[in-house]
Amino acid sequence: MPGPQPVAQTKVTAVPAVPAPLLHFSDGAMPDRVFKFAMTACGLGVLGVLALIIYELMRGSALSWHAFGFKFFAASDWDPVNEQFGALPFIYGTLVSSLLALIIAVPLSVGVAVFTTEMCPKALRGPLSFFVELLAAIPSVIYGLWAIFVLVPIMSQYIQPFLQKTLGWTHMFDGPPFGYSMLAAGVILAIMIIPIVSSIAREVLMVVPQHQREAVLALGATRWEMIRIGVLRNARAGIVGGIILGLGRALGETMAVTMVIGNRPEISKSLFAPGYTMASVLANEFSEATGDTYLSALIEIGLALFFVTIIVNALAQLLVWTVTRGQPARGNV
Amino acid sequence: MSNASASAALHSVPPISLRRRVTDHVMTGVAILTVVVVLAPLVAIFTYLVYRGASSINWAFLTQTPKPVGEEGGGMANAIVGSVFILGIASMIGVPFGVGAGIYLAEFGRNRFGSAIRFTADVLNGVPSIVIGIVAYAIVVLYQKHFSALAGGVALAIMMVPTISRTTEEMLLLVPQALREAAYGLGVPRWRTTLSITLRTATSGVITGIMLAFARVAGETAPLLFTAFGNQYWNLRTDQPTAALPLQIFVYAISPYDEWHRQAWAGALVLIILIVTAVAAVRYAVRRGTFGAA
Repeated sequence: MPGPQPVAQTKVTAVPAVPAPLLHFSDGAMPDRVFKFAMTACGLGVLGVLALIIYELMRGSALSWHAFGFKFFAASDWDPVNEQFGALPFIYGTLVSSLLALIIAVPLSVGVAVFTTEMCPKALRGPLSFFVELLAAIPSVIYGLWAIFVLVPIMSQYIQPFLQKTLGWTHMFDGPPFGYSMLAAGVILAIMIIPIVSSIAREVLMVVPQHQREAVLALGATRWEMIRIGVLRNARAGIVGGIILGLGRALGETMAVTMVIGNRPEISKSLFAPGYTMASVLANEFSEATGDTYLSALIEIGLALFFVTIIVNALAQLLVWTVTRGQPARGNV
Repeated sequence: MSNASASAALHSVPPISLRRRVTDHVMTGVAILTVVVVLAPLVAIFTYLVYRGASSINWAFLTQTPKPVGEEGGGMANAIVGSVFILGIASMIGVPFGVGAGIYLAEFGRNRFGSAIRFTADVLNGVPSIVIGIVAYAIVVLYQKHFSALAGGVALAIMMVPTISRTTEEMLLLVPQALREAAYGLGVPRWRTTLSITLRTATSGVITGIMLAFARVAGETAPLLFTAFGNQYWNLRTDQPTAALPLQIFVYAISPYDEWHRQAWAGALVLIILIVTAVAAVRYAVRRGTFGAA
């Protein structure tokens, strides 16, 4: 039987020595190496982006730095025509509007967090946090739009005259109530940072161990005493972290503030006076800046803003980490 | 006997004083008040948005370009398309970059170097958007010598990366190690395991992260001011100034014309609807398994 067979048939019946694997892959290490390389490049890219930001801001601001030095941050004249630049009014405006926002937002945010974690019925908890976090999803420019047409008129017609009548002796509320003011900027910023501060405060309150509450209640405390002694005291560091994260957001917030603060580079004691912030001077003047020094001065303001927000954010992350054990703070959604 | 004395001891606990009880009620009241005060602006903003926006949207608004100052009518069609265009560019750059960085962090970055990248991503998340705009201006606009859609896209892409990479990492880490080991056991190489097993299992979570980043940058105005710049006309070229919905809303809102104010409200409503539908559509598609989610 076995005889010489036709060549063509041999080819057809040829069977490989090893059975075919179920899945076909080239088994070289090369594709793996390429893959790891590509992914590492993406990871490095994140570092690269930060480096690029720092490099470009430094390079862009060099001219202004050489011209003004440290005086740039202490001088308060902003005169593009005569090329005299001092950033103090903007630094002042950024600080005051952000502090104002914190003063308004912190008690409210902590109150909301305490209510949602300790007081409200379970069924209400989900929807309530959902609605508060919905505030965070509204774009900044829409806050600004609303502020121009609703908040500013309310401020100038009701709130400002009221403040002037009751607290006028402090001289913090002098001047005509136009609405567009440092105060309006503080209020709109407060509305914008409440979701961040309250959601972090809520997270921090939730990781306070249940035993703490039970122990304080067992000693005969009322609910409020339990919250004050057993919960808030334990959550202090985390809440402060949330507040600082809110501050970081307020410092860099641009559009809504630009639309209501009045945009005048002056330092005024009155909260009714218009002001200017670091972010809003960039928004208003950057694309129209003529002359290298002018542009460079603006970029230097950007550099200062960048460093301040980075320091503030790093501090906040650290504080929140100590409480939630390494979970990233979830404020910037 | 002992029972009786125990209950007597219980009864002898002094009642909670009036002052403490009043404080308790007052503080409960204060907490409820804060909730009302916080929710009031939310309700006010949405009511205004729907009320003013819905009464201003019409067919012309959605299909025409802006009319010159003083003329009635016109719309934001070019800005709507421009926004979609810029967001498309941003997603094309930011999504692969962000997902790649996330894969690196989850699969190769369990070391000190990975921690450095993780920290950097968290820091980048807090950089003010206007500063990112300056950087995009420096690296794209100065180079192209034009305000351009590409510059706007690059700025938004930089803002998307931290969110996408951190959520991608978290989602990949949720995939059980046994699944990876099973794939290795079948002789599947590592790259293929990561892409077709790990990433695929985590698809719906990863896409949720992408949509989170998308929703965040879709309403951004500040980084577009001196990158995309805005445009009164149609533009679909990457090297030319392009209109964007948030920019147009800003310009119209601070203008002195009632007609433009009306259109700003309409634009704001359209922007919110665009963001919500984009997010909802993708989440629906993911749930349906169109993207091969497990």
